[in-house]
Amino acid sequence: MDPDTKKCKESKPHSSNSNGSKCSHLKFPDEALEKVLSFIDSHKDRNTVSLVCKEWYNAERWTRSNLFIGNCYSVSPEIVSRRFPRIKSVRIKGKPRFSDFNMLPRDWGANVHAWLVMFAEVYPFLEELRLKRMTVNDESLELLAKSFTGFKALSLLSCDGFTDDGLKFVATHCRNLTELDIQDSVAVDVGGDWLTCFPENFSSLEILNFASLNSEVNFESLEKLVNRCKNTLRVLKVNESITLDQLQRLLVHAPNLVELGTGSFMQELTPRQYEDVGSAFSNCGKLRVLSGLWDATDLHFSVLYGACARLTFLNFSEAVLQSGELAKLLAHCPNLRRLWVIDTVQDKGLEAVGSSCPLLEELRVFPLDPYDLDHQHGVTEQGLLAVSLGCPKLHYLLYFCRRMTNAAVIAAVKNCPNFTHFRLCIMNPGQPDHLTKSPMDAAFAAVVKTCPKLRRLSVSGLLTDKTFESIGEYAKNLETLSVAFAGSSDKAMVCVLRGCPKLRKLEIRDCPFGNAALLSGVEKYEMMRSLWMSACDVTMKGCRMLAREMPRLNVEVIEDEGSDDGAKAGKVYVYRTVAGPRRDAPPFVLTL
Amino acid sequence: MENYEANGLNLKATELRLGLPGTGNEQQQQDQYSSSSSSHQQNVKNNYNNNNKRSSSEIASSCDDEQQQQHDDGAPLAKAQVVGWPPVRSYRKNVLEKKNPESSMFLKVSMDGAPYLRKIDLKFYNNYFDLLKGLENMFKCTIGVYSEREGYNGSEHVPTYEDKDGDWMLVGDVPWDMFVTSCKRLRIMKASEAKGLVSPL
Repeated sequence: MDPDTKKCKESKPHSSNSNGSKCSHLKFPDEALEKVLSFIDSHKDRNTVSLVCKEWYNAERWTRSNLFIGNCYSVSPEIVSRRFPRIKSVRIKGKPRFSDFNMLPRDWGANVHAWLVMFAEVYPFLEELRLKRMTVNDESLELLAKSFTGFKALSLLSCDGFTDDGLKFVATHCRNLTELDIQDSVAVDVGGDWLTCFPENFSSLEILNFASLNSEVNFESLEKLVNRCKNTLRVLKVNESITLDQLQRLLVHAPNLVELGTGSFMQELTPRQYEDVGSAFSNCGKLRVLSGLWDATDLHFSVLYGACARLTFLNFSEAVLQSGELAKLLAHCPNLRRLWVIDTVQDKGLEAVGSSCPLLEELRVFPLDPYDLDHQHGVTEQGLLAVSLGCPKLHYLLYFCRRMTNAAVIAAVKNCPNFTHFRLCIMNPGQPDHLTKSPMDAAFAAVVKTCPKLRRLSVSGLLTDKTFESIGEYAKNLETLSVAFAGSSDKAMVCVLRGCPKLRKLEIRDCPFGNAALLSGVEKYEMMRSLWMSACDVTMKGCRMLAREMPRLNVEVIEDEGSDDGAKAGKVYVYRTVAGPRRDAPPFVLTL
Repeated sequence: MENYEANGLNLKATELRLGLPGTGNEQQQQDQYSSSSSSHQQNVKNNYNNNNKRSSSEIASSCDDEQQQQHDDGAPLAKAQVVGWPPVRSYRKNVLEKKNPESSMFLKVSMDGAPYLRKIDLKFYNNYFDLLKGLENMFKCTIGVYSEREGYNGSEHVPTYEDKDGDWMLVGDVPWDMFVTSCKRLRIMKASEAKGLVSPL
């Protein structure tokens, strides 16, 4: 549809609307209303605007250019294309988050193809497509590459289904490409050949991220590409196959980089080479974000020193560092706002975080070996405490540990009351307070009481219903809650559903919550994006009752253990939708 | 969990166990939780290949003794792995395998007559005795005792392995450390078929 086509005038305000509502005081010309609305970007605000009255609904739908679909099955391509005629950028999320952890069978769905077919027909001027947890096949990438002449940005976060061929189409045909980001996407047969497919005169790339690709890439092509794009390239994240000296050559061509993902640091370099790498880093005056760093150890850190002082985000989640090594580097990074590390840095490393990074806002500590049950390794409650003492601005925490105490969490949130995201994963399910052996209820009660801005919470450890009573009572801004191996009865889930007004996503696994709990949320689920319950006590009967009560919810059971009423519903995924039951559901997904 | 499944899938070993063996919550909570993807071969295989260091019967026997939370040789008790827990993305799991190539050494084990191959982590065992006991438990067979002269004469089953050169050897002939570095895969043969491997001295 040509964006200049004058829309039909049926929405012009007359003295009274067909439904008799009083909009007489809102009689500006459509053009003025649309001009005003064109300044509103947030889709939430736009959704609100569209509810004011018919005129505003129409003005809004004509002026919306960014489409955000939080759950690809909550709406259909047909409905979207009817409502929004002028879309330039699209963001869609697909599978529920637990699919990241292999909890969803393969071929569950969230294939983008049907969407692309519609976009190709209705939005030929589409410029941006950002997908998360969707399946993207090569034929879809081909359709994308060939359908949108002005296409600029492709971002595939945690997607799967494509190979080298798909990327080749994009590189070959998207002449105006500024962004190609396949972060965390699982691409099995993807090599580096697609890099050779960018045309000789192509020079507009601003963002290139292929850090999660497993294979070698064609370095000459990459080097030439980076060189051609030296004026525009801001973000470059290469994969592990790129060596240090190759990295140096790339950096020389890209001094304007703001974000860099390095390749492997495992390389013997001559002193001269070290110097060269070091000065390449120093010359990147705009560098703020550093990641990659595979196999980096303190032998190499000196090359980074020239850039450290300016860094705001350091992602060491691929580098197995000891505490001393981390401490040594962090001494040079006083401006860090975000830090991701592996738990080999231990509590001592986190003490260094506390003492070197006073501006820290986000900390993520990942486990080196999630399945190792040796209690000697990793971080503990001491590390959490140390960070909270040194970093009062901390508001985002993801912390994998093998032991924790109520006291430490209580103290930590006292030191850092601004938490918006508190994700604590005590890796042994149902583990109590390490010192007192009591449940971890007090810890999470403190989190919700002390942190009024909390939007996301993941709980773990031994938890009774008390935790959930506290959550229901205090977590008034909570939007996302993840629960595993916790709670004693249905009451827990009921408290959360009744008490958290802003709850949008609830994911529960292995908890003793049954039909009563499920059905207590009957009025709630339409106000939420989705509910996931797996390995709980919900039966097919409960699911059927919910489905009957609420026709605008899709109640899907994956891998049921039998279809009679009494059978347990192994995995249940409930979400609001205006599109009706899925038409592409595989045989193992049962929509009730 | 006490019952080892004869078909070799050993699904019970992928079930959750809460807390350390012997803690009170364990039995109650276990009844409520089931392996959420027991019907999916792929997930079971993932579980299995990743970290199933113990056969279920070994875990079960250790459960009986509250105090004995370690295996006899001092190795920590490995819990059965649960699908999707801890919630760490698959690609992150690979960090360990890449960084610590010494940390595990998974080998395929086949037994004549059994429909499925199994995998064991050779690094988990410190000597032939532990290995053979482990194999006996895993396959519910008797291997008996090795002797330099007679091999496994008198046993129903004979453990053999393929070495770096592709030759099939009798388990026990070489020192343990040498065995660990040269063993590529294991095969438990029926004694009747293993005659050729017993080294006549």
